[in-house]
Amino acid sequence: MLAQVTTFAIDGVQPRQVWLEVDIRAGLPGFTIVGLGDTAVRESRDRIRAAILNSRFRFPDRRITANLAPASLRKAGPGFDAGLALGVLAASGQLPAAGLVGCAVFGELSLAGELRDSPGALAVAEGARRAGCARLIVPRQRAREAALVEGLEVVAVSTLRDAADVLAGAPAPPLPPPEPGWGRRDPVPDLGDVRGHEVPLLALQIAAAGGHNLLMEGPPGTGKTMLARRIPSILPPLSREEAVEVTRIHSVAGLHARGLIETRPFRAPHHSISAAGLAGGASPPRPGEATLAHHGVLFLDELSEFARPALEALRQPLEDGQVTIVRGQRSLSFPTRFMLVAATNPCPCGYAGEGERCTCGEADLRRHQRRLSGPLLDRLDLLVDVRRPADAELRGAPHVTSAQARERVAQARERQVARLRETGARCNGELDARAVRGCAALSGEAETELGRAYTEGLLSARGRLRVIRVARTIADLAGSERVRRADVLLALSLRQRVAREALVGA
Amino acid sequence: MSVDVRVCGECARRAWLLERLSGHLDPVRERVAELLELDDRALIQAVGGARHSIIAGEFEARDPEEALEELRARLLRAELEAVCRCEARYPAALRDLPAPPAVLHVLGGLDRLGALLEEPPVALVGARRPSGYGLEATRMLAAGLARAGLPVVSGMALGIDAAAHRAALDAAGATIAVLPGGADVVYPGRHRRLHTRIRESGVAVSELGPGVAPRRWMFTARNRIIAALADLTVLVQGRERSGALVTAGCAARLGRRLGAVPGPATAPLSAAPHRLLRDGASLIATVQDALDALYGIGVVAAPRRRAARLEPPLAALLEAIAEGETEGSACARAGLGLEAGLAALARLELDGLVRRGPGGRYVMVAS
Repeated sequence: MLAQVTTFAIDGVQPRQVWLEVDIRAGLPGFTIVGLGDTAVRESRDRIRAAILNSRFRFPDRRITANLAPASLRKAGPGFDAGLALGVLAASGQLPAAGLVGCAVFGELSLAGELRDSPGALAVAEGARRAGCARLIVPRQRAREAALVEGLEVVAVSTLRDAADVLAGAPAPPLPPPEPGWGRRDPVPDLGDVRGHEVPLLALQIAAAGGHNLLMEGPPGTGKTMLARRIPSILPPLSREEAVEVTRIHSVAGLHARGLIETRPFRAPHHSISAAGLAGGASPPRPGEATLAHHGVLFLDELSEFARPALEALRQPLEDGQVTIVRGQRSLSFPTRFMLVAATNPCPCGYAGEGERCTCGEADLRRHQRRLSGPLLDRLDLLVDVRRPADAELRGAPHVTSAQARERVAQARERQVARLRETGARCNGELDARAVRGCAALSGEAETELGRAYTEGLLSARGRLRVIRVARTIADLAGSERVRRADVLLALSLRQRVAREALVGA
Repeated sequence: MSVDVRVCGECARRAWLLERLSGHLDPVRERVAELLELDDRALIQAVGGARHSIIAGEFEARDPEEALEELRARLLRAELEAVCRCEARYPAALRDLPAPPAVLHVLGGLDRLGALLEEPPVALVGARRPSGYGLEATRMLAAGLARAGLPVVSGMALGIDAAAHRAALDAAGATIAVLPGGADVVYPGRHRRLHTRIRESGVAVSELGPGVAPRRWMFTARNRIIAALADLTVLVQGRERSGALVTAGCAARLGRRLGAVPGPATAPLSAAPHRLLRDGASLIATVQDALDALYGIGVVAAPRRRAARLEPPLAALLEAIAEGETEGSACARAGLGLEAGLAALARLELDGLVRRGPGGRYVMVAS
């Protein structure tokens, strides 16, 4: 007899549907599993046998063949145990096969027949909903997480026997109460705590409003990291769909099991990180920091200290919003739509521009400059200098709170969504060269100023593009349909300075 | 292809001798100025050490005409010109030196050198690792002097020297680089582009022949040429024992005018210029100060830059920046909101009135 059970494998951070087929017929007793499984899958035979017997079912003394389809997909982990066990029960007539129609199963088995906690339930639940399954059987511990996906009946079971009962028609047990700490949110620091830093705060808001990548330059200890940490607080809130995606990624990476992540992620990897750690990789491929920062902020402090290959590896994620990793014959994609915020010292000693305190020679400055240059700088639309606030500023009132800034940012984003509908971009920061020209709507005066800056040698061709993008966002923040002269000028004051002639005396 | 070579055999042989002895001069570089005053044979005797008799033999065996032909061939290959101290076209100012270079090798042409020396040259010298302030002052002075038609002389070293040459060239002015090694040898190597620019529209001169790599004694020797060529030597920044003080000392001994740019009292880089000021050098804070030091007070007026008529908030903003305020407080002082203020600063930058200095600070472009 043949039985079929639906389950899902986790491929990178995406669920992929897997059909478990179990065939039982006369022959020498035995249990084989085919379909490109890893060691954990092969070993599941023994777990399944023990679990079935300990759950007071019969284990058929016949020839059992299980197949994990599609045969070409490499399948890893113990999450197929429960599905295979139920398939064996159905194929041996101990369970009505009709119960398995439209039902997905996920979970690892213990020898006693219990369903164990297994990570990735949210990804499986999303896959089940997308595949059109009506219900999903998951281990009790993961039920809350799976239930974050709407439009799917989540059945929380603690044993194989319970699962079989539900499939035979018994009422599903209620969802377990949330564990302590469930849904607790980490507090996000607020812009209202910041004193001084007027110009950086403005740059932060522009960057958030247009989704622009931002470079902060300043001496050590002036507050670059402090400012960067507050960016998630002014970005628009995650949509339900985005929140589920972020939670799924973090759950698959084993970093999170406390309900829906509703705040935008902020990732700040140390500068010793490898290319694989940043962009994703290893075997089996794991999401990198770029993916963990999906829909949030990736903060690279001490940009010049990062290894060249690691920064190079960020190029594709920045350009395409995803990273593709090829291992052997298959390729995997991880989503990487993040806002890049980088910080660096203005010179190796960090004190350029602080009068005589800077002890760097020309050679040091050049070396620093060389380490910084490269393709990554092209993706950083905004440059802002962070300075030590004056004493009076530290005692003054804060310039803006996160709530105020968030409001402005949200309005500017709304305007962009309306304008950019046809380009496929969601914010000005994602516009490519052609699209920028199409949607910038520069006024004649703005065009003139831009031309002047270009001919004066203050801007490179790519720099010009970056300035237009930023000017567009500034106009959006001000609620103007056209980009005015003042918008371009403000964008120019926050531009990346092409040659640091001021530093090197070139 | 022909190059102008106005050198006599005796001087060509002296130039050969300097190259031959260059390894022997490094250990005694403290006294190099006096040593160069010696005639050929006495010089061999003084620095030749154990090998002096061998070198003397080589020297005696060397036919002056042969030395000249060899020099001519090297000059032709390097596309340099040369003039010796026996010629009328030798820069008259160098004759004031106790030991004028026997041969002056010129990159950029003797004709151009002659034309540049029609106007009184001004030397700008100073630290190799200056601060932003020093660079700014150098640029302002060099550009202003260039606009007033005066050639700017310096040594193409890192820091102040290079900034002076560049600013003069940027202002479409004339500049003379006095190099330690051969006039065709780029030193420091990083200044290759600057060297090319100087070859195209200025001149580089040297006491040593084409292709000679710089040695330590040549820097001291070179400083005396700068001091002699310039009618006025201005020291911009330097520490207590700056090499620029050597140049200033030479200039003082030659009776040339001396000037110094004052710096912050707290900065070690102000030590050298302040020492000169204490000893009676002219205080040079503007181009006009330099012109006054050269020609007498009020005789020649510095050419005025077209003064942009600025609206009141922009003028206030510029004033605040000139006083060293940061963007935020400058905007507040000018009564502008931050966004309007930053836009206004960008406009001033486009107009060439302010620049981004170290650490992104706005600094006033002095005129």
